[in-house]
Amino acid sequence: MKKTITLMGAIVAVGMFATAASAATLDDVKARGNLSCGVSTGLPGFSAPDDKNNWAGLDVDTCRAVAAAVLGDANKVKFVPLTAKERWTALQSGEIDMLSRNSTWTHSRDLTLGANFTGVNYYDGQGFMVSSKLGVKSAKELDGATFCIQAGTTTELNLSDFAREHGFKYTVVTVDTSDQSVQAFEAGRCDSLTSDQSQLYGLRSKMSNPASAVVLPDVISKEPLGPVVRKGDEQWFAIVKWVLYAQVNAEEMGITSKNAKEMRGSDNPAIKRVLGSDGTFGASMGLTEDWAYNAITQVGNYGEMFERNVGMNTPLQIARGLNDLWSRGGLQYAPPIR
Amino acid sequence: MAEVEKNILKPSKPSPWNDPAVRSMVFQAVALIAVVYFFYIIFQNTLHNMETRGITTGFAFLDKSAGFGILMSLIEYDESHTYGRTFLVGLLNTLLVTFLGVILATSVGFIIGVARLSSNWIISRLAAVYIETLRNIPLLLQIFFWYFAVLQVLPGPRNSLEWQETFFLSNRGFYAPAPVFEEGSGVVVGAFILAIVLIIAIARWAHKRQEATGQQFHTVYVSLGILIGLPTIVFFLSGMPIGIEYPELKGFNFKGGTNIIPELMALLWALSFYTAAFIAEIVRAGILAVSHGQTEAAHALGLRNSPTLKLVVIPQALRVIIPPLTSQYLNLAKNSSLATAIGYPDLVAVFMGTTLNQTGQAVEIVAMTMAVYLAISLTISAFMNWYNKSKALVER
Repeated sequence: MKKTITLMGAIVAVGMFATAASAATLDDVKARGNLSCGVSTGLPGFSAPDDKNNWAGLDVDTCRAVAAAVLGDANKVKFVPLTAKERWTALQSGEIDMLSRNSTWTHSRDLTLGANFTGVNYYDGQGFMVSSKLGVKSAKELDGATFCIQAGTTTELNLSDFAREHGFKYTVVTVDTSDQSVQAFEAGRCDSLTSDQSQLYGLRSKMSNPASAVVLPDVISKEPLGPVVRKGDEQWFAIVKWVLYAQVNAEEMGITSKNAKEMRGSDNPAIKRVLGSDGTFGASMGLTEDWAYNAITQVGNYGEMFERNVGMNTPLQIARGLNDLWSRGGLQYAPPIR
Repeated sequence: MAEVEKNILKPSKPSPWNDPAVRSMVFQAVALIAVVYFFYIIFQNTLHNMETRGITTGFAFLDKSAGFGILMSLIEYDESHTYGRTFLVGLLNTLLVTFLGVILATSVGFIIGVARLSSNWIISRLAAVYIETLRNIPLLLQIFFWYFAVLQVLPGPRNSLEWQETFFLSNRGFYAPAPVFEEGSGVVVGAFILAIVLIIAIARWAHKRQEATGQQFHTVYVSLGILIGLPTIVFFLSGMPIGIEYPELKGFNFKGGTNIIPELMALLWALSFYTAAFIAEIVRAGILAVSHGQTEAAHALGLRNSPTLKLVVIPQALRVIIPPLTSQYLNLAKNSSLATAIGYPDLVAVFMGTTLNQTGQAVEIVAMTMAVYLAISLTISAFMNWYNKSKALVER
């Protein structure tokens, strides 16, 4: 019911207050004093409340970095938990300033939703989790199986593509939240839970007995996940895009949250440009010159953000892989700040 | 003199702005124009804003291929069908659960309502407990109860509860044998339809005869005989063209037979038992509204308890029962949208959920969905009004 109300509200808002909402997002955020950021309803490693009830995760840190760059304080973020179904209307209606909710960048989403993807903060792919009792070794053995799936995701489309390609018969049980999908999977309503592979590890860690399930090695799709902003606000689009680029550049140059202060006095002109001691890169986006400095000192560079939330020392134990820097064989590559 | 009188009696024609008829017309026209203009502005504003934001509008998406699977469909559906088809699939699933829910809720509600008035202390107390418990627990919790606490704890398909290797119950649903219509089965289906037509004809004839002569006819037994007998005879004569397909455990799940998914069962039970509690109270109120003198009069004429209830009390009680019953049916139809909480693929879950999200066209889809619920409710309402009229007191 709450969802319907949100949706109705969103639609009324699109209809009536759209003119107000299309004003510069940056001014709105500054006037309000906080950044309203749409996140998931609870996905370990990406956006979930931690044991102290603070939001934590890679997507959450992406929001915090923007808040640090814009407002100078990484804690000035209002997190709005959204289901996959609610996220686009929430963004379209202006309920949130940016969406950072493990959302896949696709052609249709980029062009028909009035949304702009600003970059990729995690390269993912769709995988399958099955009960270890089944003894299934590959996704190709899943003909005739029942799959639990979250509504409103690219996962639904990939699964049917995969099934058509391999001539599968399959059944889907579609639920609203990832919690519900784990619950249904654990109860045996379905044989396999399918989702982005990073999510599967996160969701498995939520199960009462994580060892009872295995994630299959098959990856059946490309899922570039990233932050999204409303179309039509070039300045805001640039800010969200370049904060992430600054974090990637920082990692490449060896700037971390610990050493950023000393690095400011560095002789390296590239480092000086990132940290704001040279040039007017902040001003051209309507920000102060220490925008990237704040983001890096308060949240960290991309690598720190990754290791803290999903890396090898977390319960998710995800290796950098595709998400490593281009210079180390990964895909994370940021245009230079100059 | 006569001239003056005539002038007094005939009212002088007032100026148009003082004429109440003209004035009310003008005000109504102004109000109508204002309302239409208001909605026009909203509509235009929405379109304009969506266009400036680059949000796609229009209904062209209905012809595009959907590309996602749906758990249950009454019509042929796979991911290559269109978004328009997903609308139909969702709509039919909503109508199915509403239709079954209305029938089940009415039957249970009438039984509990009558039981509540029973002179047997235990029966009337049990009915009271049923009513007070079920109507005071939120419906969503009841849906969760049936789904998570009752159906999800059943064993998996490989250990399902079974009866005679024909019926299977597991956490994947209820599996039963399905009829297979082979060549030549049309004759049997035809015989079945013919049987129904015959029964209606007999019932009419029996009713007329009873009105004319007072003689009663065993309509029920004869009808049952025709309904079962005629198709059976034709079935054997035509060489048994209808086979049975048994569900079989193959791979991950059962194949063949018919399957009732647990989501449908949970939703149907929760909706029906919840609404039945309200219907029971309505039935009780209706029966109590019939004056006790009617029962006494019927007894005085020599009618026993059961015919008294059937022929005297209930027909009069129905006049009180039908209007509030309509509201309960409308509630049931609208509450069926809670299906989305457990993943039953109704209109809200499929069309306003997945389809909306894949296309991003919230305004069009929500408008269509609301229009559908409005249409369903108005149809139920119209049908019940017609039924109410046919049961209303006809004064002769």
